[in-house]
Amino acid sequence: MTEMSGADMVVQALVDLGVDTVFGYPGGAVLPIYDALFNHPTIKHVLVRHEQAATHAAEGYSRSTGKPGVVLVTSGPGATNAVTGITDALLDSIPMIVLTGQVPTNLIGTDAFQECDTVGITRHCTKHNYLVMDPDRLGAIMHEAFYIATHGRPGPVVIDIPKNVQVATGKYRVPEKIEHQSYRPQVEPDADAIAAAIDMIAAAERPIFYTGGGVINAGPDASAALRQLVSLTGAPVTSTLMGLGAFPSDDPKWLGMLGMHGTYESNMAMNRADLIIAVGARFDDRVTGRLDAFSPDSKKIHIDIDRSSINKIVPVDLAIVGDAGRALDALTAAWQDKGHKPRDLGEWWRRIDGWRATRCLDFPEKKDAAADIMPQRAVKALFDATRGRDPIITTEVGQHQMWAAQHFGFSAPNRWLTSGGLGTMGYGFPAAVGAQIAHPGRLVICIAGEASLQMNIQEMGTVSQYRLPVKIFILNNEWMGMVRQWQELTYESRYSNSYSDSLPDFVKLAAAYGWTGLRIDTLGELEAGIQAMIDTPGPVIVDCRVAKLANCFPMIPSGAAHTDMILQPNDITGTMDDEAKALV
Amino acid sequence: MKIKTEAGERHVLAVTVDNEAGILAKITGLFSARGYNIESLTVADISADHALSRITIVTSGPPAVIDQIIAQLDRLVPVHQVTDLTDHGAHVEREIALVKVAGTGDKRIEALRMADVFRAKVVDTTLTSFIFEITGTSDKVDRFIALMRECGLVEVGRTGVVAIGRGAEAL
Repeated sequence: MTEMSGADMVVQALVDLGVDTVFGYPGGAVLPIYDALFNHPTIKHVLVRHEQAATHAAEGYSRSTGKPGVVLVTSGPGATNAVTGITDALLDSIPMIVLTGQVPTNLIGTDAFQECDTVGITRHCTKHNYLVMDPDRLGAIMHEAFYIATHGRPGPVVIDIPKNVQVATGKYRVPEKIEHQSYRPQVEPDADAIAAAIDMIAAAERPIFYTGGGVINAGPDASAALRQLVSLTGAPVTSTLMGLGAFPSDDPKWLGMLGMHGTYESNMAMNRADLIIAVGARFDDRVTGRLDAFSPDSKKIHIDIDRSSINKIVPVDLAIVGDAGRALDALTAAWQDKGHKPRDLGEWWRRIDGWRATRCLDFPEKKDAAADIMPQRAVKALFDATRGRDPIITTEVGQHQMWAAQHFGFSAPNRWLTSGGLGTMGYGFPAAVGAQIAHPGRLVICIAGEASLQMNIQEMGTVSQYRLPVKIFILNNEWMGMVRQWQELTYESRYSNSYSDSLPDFVKLAAAYGWTGLRIDTLGELEAGIQAMIDTPGPVIVDCRVAKLANCFPMIPSGAAHTDMILQPNDITGTMDDEAKALV
Repeated sequence: MKIKTEAGERHVLAVTVDNEAGILAKITGLFSARGYNIESLTVADISADHALSRITIVTSGPPAVIDQIIAQLDRLVPVHQVTDLTDHGAHVEREIALVKVAGTGDKRIEALRMADVFRAKVVDTTLTSFIFEITGTSDKVDRFIALMRECGLVEVGRTGVVAIGRGAEAL
């Protein structure tokens, strides 16, 4: 137990907790902590250009490493700017610690300069939050906050530290056992439930694994356990947007992503299955489509670390609360103990192959060198060109995100960073910054839309400052494409404010920040352009001009069932009723 | 298009929480953010070291929503335990109301007579007013207040429901 200032305690706790990187932006109310970080030998501070980007960079760092991301911002606007990223981390279950400065305790509640009610504002977008009023409590709170952020269902924790608490001295205590006095998430699955699950899987004629971000969060071992269980049972696998990478996309048992822009075979298999094994996925509305038509004839097993995810949207027959990895290990062990052999699923696979034969991800395109580039082609070319380089891919939000999810293949977890739950435009570029900081030698590519990218484009300065070789690959169609697509489907193509007017010249913008800028205009330039991006050292922005009016298919329109997919643009007919229009 | 709502049933939940700043806001915020009903909510510190509070929430909703409310409360970090007393078995519910009635003559006499029937206590009196303290289930308190409206009711304060399971066992 040592007497030290609150600011020194924060830094000491970060060191003790193994933190090597902090993403942040200084300001009046955090100056003592910034001073304590000055020339720090082990903690690297990454200065962003906007606090929202600090939170997304921390998410990118976390999602690509499995470690919690750490953010340091000032009071008032520093904290409010961080709120979007904090909420994003809550919805996608990303462990994150956000340290916010606060006005001194004697000024709290007086509308002081740069004061806001940070704990009030973040109460419902954090897993937990603290306002530290006593420097003696600061050390214990730091350790407890890391415990909470990383145990159970991960999430963001805010620690709001008044400036006088940073300056005052207190006793730095590392708790002997680091945990929370009452927060005890259930990690180990119930053995009886595991046994019951095994019986259900062994008896199923049309089983399917539906996996989600929980498998990624449970660590690489969970992905390995999933692969083993799938190979033992012989069942097909689909995954949510957040779960991509847990199961290899080149495995014959992989059906592709499911849901609104998922594959035909995934959605049909979910609909016709007699058993769904949901692992670390939460039956999100993007996944289920119309609820009363969702997988009507199946039994459902739901494995989730968060009890509140169970029966929230879809009632299930068997709930297993626990860590996805532990549950998958337990299922594998129980399967082997009972000496189960894979059931003959030949008939099921024949039906799946029938759905696969629709080749739902195919798209019409012209093949001559002067032709417009179809955005799907651009993603496929990027995937082909980076095979074997084990790239980390981030995305913004919109059509390009869905095309990336459909056409870029992943064979391992922690390579796919995207904003799924909150759907935050402006996530992808700063997330790439965080991933590149964590993996300096890796190829990190942000697949972006020209509209989303502009939401945090100021981070080009951060990339230049830290000499990060981040690549931004813009699918530039001059539209907020997903908004336009919905306007075509729902509002008779009245394009209200969805055109990306007054775009910057991205190549000149690159030059202005000391980056390399490349532009790709035609199909004939695509492969060479991508190769040039990969071969160019340092940061590169690629303005890849794509066909302007391409839309993202397949698609389950809002209010429709899995079996009512739109496969191609000319399948669109009729108008939507208000019930469907009211769905997001 | 019309927005549909689902009918629900009344449940009484006992929630044990860390007695820390912001916990009440966290719980009431959860109810408003997720669109759950609160019919009444009471909270007070219940442990010798002032570390724990017990919150009694009366809510209503379809069974699946009640199940979600319990799960959502249970995953809040400062929440130790959530018990659905309505599902748990027999329990006792009580609420206190202070009821001020002003008037003279027959109405005043009638108010006092009915207070006696309801076993309400007189805790303050002037020549023109009474304050009654009534304890009972919410139904009983409702009925008493309804009668007092006819007898010069001027002000009501209610505690909301506290509840506890019957028998020797603690939660």
